[in-house]
Amino acid sequence: MSVLAHIFEAAGIATIVLSSIREMAVKVAPPRALHCEFPLGRPLGHPGDAAFQTDVLAHAFALLDETSGPVLVDYPIVIETSSEQVSCTLPPRYDPNLPPAVDEARGLRRAYDRSVERRGVTSVGRAVHPDGIADAVAVLVAIADGADWTTAGIPGGNATAMCHDIRTYYEEAALELVDGPLPGPRALEEWFFEQTHTGKIVLAARQKIRDSGAKAPIWFYMTPASR
Amino acid sequence: MNADQAMRAHSATLPAPTFENPAFVTPPPLAAATVAIVTSAALHTADDTAFTGGDTSFRLIDRDRRDLILGHWSPNFDRAAVAMDLNVVYPIDRLLELAAQGVIGAVAPRHVSFAGNQPDDLASIRLDSGPAAAAALRADGVDVVLLTPV
Repeated sequence: MSVLAHIFEAAGIATIVLSSIREMAVKVAPPRALHCEFPLGRPLGHPGDAAFQTDVLAHAFALLDETSGPVLVDYPIVIETSSEQVSCTLPPRYDPNLPPAVDEARGLRRAYDRSVERRGVTSVGRAVHPDGIADAVAVLVAIADGADWTTAGIPGGNATAMCHDIRTYYEEAALELVDGPLPGPRALEEWFFEQTHTGKIVLAARQKIRDSGAKAPIWFYMTPASR
Repeated sequence: MNADQAMRAHSATLPAPTFENPAFVTPPPLAAATVAIVTSAALHTADDTAFTGGDTSFRLIDRDRRDLILGHWSPNFDRAAVAMDLNVVYPIDRLLELAAQGVIGAVAPRHVSFAGNQPDDLASIRLDSGPAAAAALRADGVDVVLLTPV
C-alpha cells in the first residue's frame, strides 16, 4: 500500500494510506499515512460500525492539510485482536454413514444459501463450487486418513484454493448462525479450526501432506501460518 | 503473541523499497476533491478474471457494485470481516455519505483493487500496473486516493 501511494502520488494524485504494519510505513515513508493498529483484515476498524469508520476517514482526510511529507500519524484508538469465542450452532448429525466433517458441511448448506441470498455474493468458488464443498471435505478426510494427496482428487490440484473455499463456505454460513453481535477479529477463524469437524480435518490433512515431503507452497497456505 | 502480532512482526522484517525524491501533491480542497479507494484486498466481481497467487494486475470496481468477492490468497488475516461489512475494507458507502454531506467533493466512478501479496521485487507494480491504475483514476478526475490494506 505504501509503495502504491508513492506511485499514485507521482502520477499527480494525493494519497492517504491506512497503514496496518507501522514499521513498513516508517520504512517506505508514503506521503501521508494514518497508522491504524486494528486487527488485520479490518482496516476501517469495526464491521457494522459506520460512526467508527467515518471517524477513521476523518482522521485520514485531516492529513491532507499537511503541506509536506512524509506524514505518519497514529489513529488514537487501538483495537486488540480478542480471543472471544463465538456462539455458533453446528448442525446435528444427520447421516451416520458419512464422515462427521462431510455430514457437517452438508448440514450447513441452508445457512450458507441464506447468507449468499442476504449478501448477494459469495467468495466461494476459487476451485470448488458450493455444490462441491462436501465432496472436497471428503477429499480432505481421505488425505487425513492416509490417502495419497497427489491422487486423492484435490480440485484443480490446488489445496490452498480448496481450503479457502471450504473455510469461506463455513464462515459465510456461520454469519447466519451466530448468536449476538458480529463476531470479533479472527473469531470465525477460531471457530472453524477449533470447533468444527472440518476445521480439524483441514489441519490433519495439511499435516499429512507436510509429512509426505511435499513442498511448502502446496500445504503451508491451507491454514493461517499461526496454525 | 497472537496471530496478528506474529504477522506484523514478520511483515516488519520484509525488504522495503525506498523512493528518491518522492512526490507530494497538494490536492484541491477536500470539499471539491474527487476521492477513490485503492485496496489491496484483491476484491473483484464475478465478471472479472479472478486474482491468481502473486498477481500483479489490478481490477477496476464500479462505484455501484457491492457484490464483491474477496480474491486475496493469504489466509493470514480476518477474512470473514469483509463478508460482515464490505465497508470495513472498502468504505464506499462511507464515502458516498461524506459526499452527500459535502465533506468530500465526489466519489470516483471507479475504484482500484490490487492483491496485497506481491512478488518481492515489486517491479511490475512499480513500473507497469501501478502507473496504469493511477492513469485510469486520473482519467476519471480523481484528486485523492485512500489506500486500504488487509
